[in-house]
Amino acid sequence: MEKSRRRFLKVAGIAAIGLGAAPAINFAASDSHGSGAAAKVKNETALHAERWGMVIDIKKIDDNLARKISLACHLHHNVPDFTHEVNTQLYPKTRPVNHKQEIKWIWKEEFHYAFPDKEDEFLNEKFHHLPFMVLCNHCKNAPCVQACPTQATFSREDGIVMMDYHRCIGCRFCMAACPYGSRSFNFRDPRPFIDETDPDFPTRSKGVVEKCNFCAERLAKGEQPHCVEASEGAIVVGDLEDPESDVRKLLKEHYTIRRKQSLGTEPSVYYIV
Amino acid sequence: MLEIAVKGSKKYWVWIIFLLIVIGIGKLAYLDQFFNGLMITGMSRDVSWGFYIANFTFLVGVAAGGVMVVIPYYLHDYEKFHRITILGEFLAVASLVMCILFIIVDLGQPVRMLNVLLYPSPKSMLFYDMIVLQGYLFLNIIIGWKVLEAERNQVEPPAWTKPLIYLSIPFAIGIHTVTAYLYCGLPGRGFWLTAILAPRFLASAFAAGPAFLIILCYIIRKFTKFDPGWEAMQTLSKIVCYAIIANLFFFLCEVFVVYYSNIPGHKTHLQYLLFGYHGYNALVPWMWSGFILMGAGAVMLIIPKLRSNYVLLPVACAMIFIGAWIDKGLGMISGGFVPSPLHHVTEYAPTGQEIIITLGVYATGFLVLTILYKLATTVKEEVNG
Repeated sequence: MEKSRRRFLKVAGIAAIGLGAAPAINFAASDSHGSGAAAKVKNETALHAERWGMVIDIKKIDDNLARKISLACHLHHNVPDFTHEVNTQLYPKTRPVNHKQEIKWIWKEEFHYAFPDKEDEFLNEKFHHLPFMVLCNHCKNAPCVQACPTQATFSREDGIVMMDYHRCIGCRFCMAACPYGSRSFNFRDPRPFIDETDPDFPTRSKGVVEKCNFCAERLAKGEQPHCVEASEGAIVVGDLEDPESDVRKLLKEHYTIRRKQSLGTEPSVYYIV
Repeated sequence: MLEIAVKGSKKYWVWIIFLLIVIGIGKLAYLDQFFNGLMITGMSRDVSWGFYIANFTFLVGVAAGGVMVVIPYYLHDYEKFHRITILGEFLAVASLVMCILFIIVDLGQPVRMLNVLLYPSPKSMLFYDMIVLQGYLFLNIIIGWKVLEAERNQVEPPAWTKPLIYLSIPFAIGIHTVTAYLYCGLPGRGFWLTAILAPRFLASAFAAGPAFLIILCYIIRKFTKFDPGWEAMQTLSKIVCYAIIANLFFFLCEVFVVYYSNIPGHKTHLQYLLFGYHGYNALVPWMWSGFILMGAGAVMLIIPKLRSNYVLLPVACAMIFIGAWIDKGLGMISGGFVPSPLHHVTEYAPTGQEIIITLGVYATGFLVLTILYKLATTVKEEVNG
C-alpha cells in the first residue's frame, strides 16, 4: 500500500511537471504544427457559483442529526478523532492525548457560544439548547486570508476560503485572526487517530492548520458537500449571487442571522432560527 | 576583534560553559518538539499562541529599548551616554536573536520557514514584522561592530555609519509598532483591538530595555574594569521612570474604556486577568503582582533619594523589568485568547518542556550578549586603561 502510493505520487509528480511545462513548450514550439495544447479536461458536471453560500435551518436539526453531520464531514476528510483508540501495533509510541488540542471542522455549539454578541437575558428557552452547527464561514473579507504570511490560506474566486496544507508554516496567525474559532492546528501527527483513512482526501501532517473547505473537492465533481448530504435537508448550499438559487430562495422566505455580522467579515453561512 | 572573546578569566568560562549546557538541554527538548510537534506545549485549539510568542513580544520590547540610549547620544549629543551606547546596541542584537529563535521554535513546520520569502504576502503583518526585525538586527550588528572597531583603533567611525544610525531609530520604533499591529489589527479579539496597543508596547519597551541595561551596568562594574558611569545610569533611570509611568497610564486608559463602556466582548478579557472569570483565575495573582511591581518600581524611581541610592536602583529596575515581563509575557497573550471568540474559557499554562525550550533560547541570547559585551568592555578597558 505504502509502496504503491509512493509509486503513484511519483508518476503523478512527473505527470504534473509535464503538464506544467506544456504551455512553455507550446510557446517555444513553432505554430505551424497545429495546436499542441494539452487537453484540459473540464468536468461538465462540476458545480459552479459566483459566491458559494450556505443556509442552515436550525429547527430541522436535533442532537442526533448534528452528530451525524459532524461525523460525515470528519470521516470523509480524515479529521482525527482523539477519543478513538490508537492501533498500538501500527503506532507503538503514541503519547497520551490533550483534548484541548482537538481538531474539528463542523460541530455543534449552543446559541450563546455561536452568537456571543446576541446574548439576551430573556431569550426564549427553546433556543438555549438548539444545536447550532458552526463551521468556517468562508467570509467575503476573511481575516485569516489577510493574516496568513505565506498565502497558504487563500480565497478562491467563488468565495471558498482554502488551505494549502503543504505551504502552511504553522505560525497560527490565522487562528488568532479568525473571530469564529473555526480553525484547528495539528499539534501532533493526526494519523494514529484516524480509524479508517478515506483515500479520496489527503491526511494532514503535524504542524499545519486545517479547517472546513466547503467540500471543494466534491463540488468539483458535481456532488453536494458531505454535511448537506447528511443533513436531511437542513443544510443547503448554493450561489449567493444568483437570485434564483436555492439559498437565495430560502433567504427570501425566512429571517436569517449570521455570526458576528458587525465585524464586517461578511460570513457566507446563514442560520434560519 | 573576535579573538577577545576566547581570552577570558575562569569565571567567564564557567559562565559560558553553564550557558552552553542550558542551550544543550533546551536543544534536546526542542528536538522532541521538532519530531513530535507542538503537542508538547500547553497550547490548545483555543489558546493557539503561548509562552514562545509571549517572550518574543517582550524581547522585541527589550530590543527596541536600546534606542533610548541611541537617541540622546546621537540626536542630542548627550555625551554621558557615549560609554553605554554600544551596550544598548548590543543588547538589541542579543534580544533580536532571541526573538527570531522564539519565532522559529513556535512554528509548526520550521523547515518551511522560507515560504514567508518565497510567497510574500504584503497584507500580512508578519511579513512586515520579519522585515523590520531583520533590518534592525543587521543595522545594530553593523553599527555596533564598526563603532567599536573604530574606538579600538582610536579613529572616527566611518562616515557611512551615521545615516545607518539615524535609520536605526525609526526601525527601533518600527519593530515594536509592527509587533503590536500583529495583535491590534484582528477583529473579534476585544482585548487587543485597541489603538493604544502600540504606544503601550513602546512605553513598556522603553522601561524594560533601559531597566535591564542599568542592571547590566552593575554587572559590568562588578566583573570588568570598565565603568559605564554613574551619571549615565542615573539618566537612564529617569527614562525608565517616565516610560513605566506612561505604561501604567496607558493601562489605566484601557481599564477606563473597557469598564466604562461596559462592552462584554472587551470587558471579559480584563475581567479574566484581574479578577477571574467564571471561576477561572490562574493569572489573577500574576497580574496584580506585575502591576504592584511596576507601580512600586515607578515610585522608587520618582523619589530622587531612592533613585540615586546605589543599592536600591537595581532593585527598582529589577521590579520594573519583572513587572513588565508579567504584563506582556503572561497577560498580553493569554488575555487575548481567554475567553475564546466563542466565549469558552480554556486556560493556558506552559508545560515544563516548553519552559526548558524557552530557557534554552534565553541562554542563547545571553551567550550572544556575553560575547558582545566581552568585546565591548575589553575594548573600552584597552582604550581607557
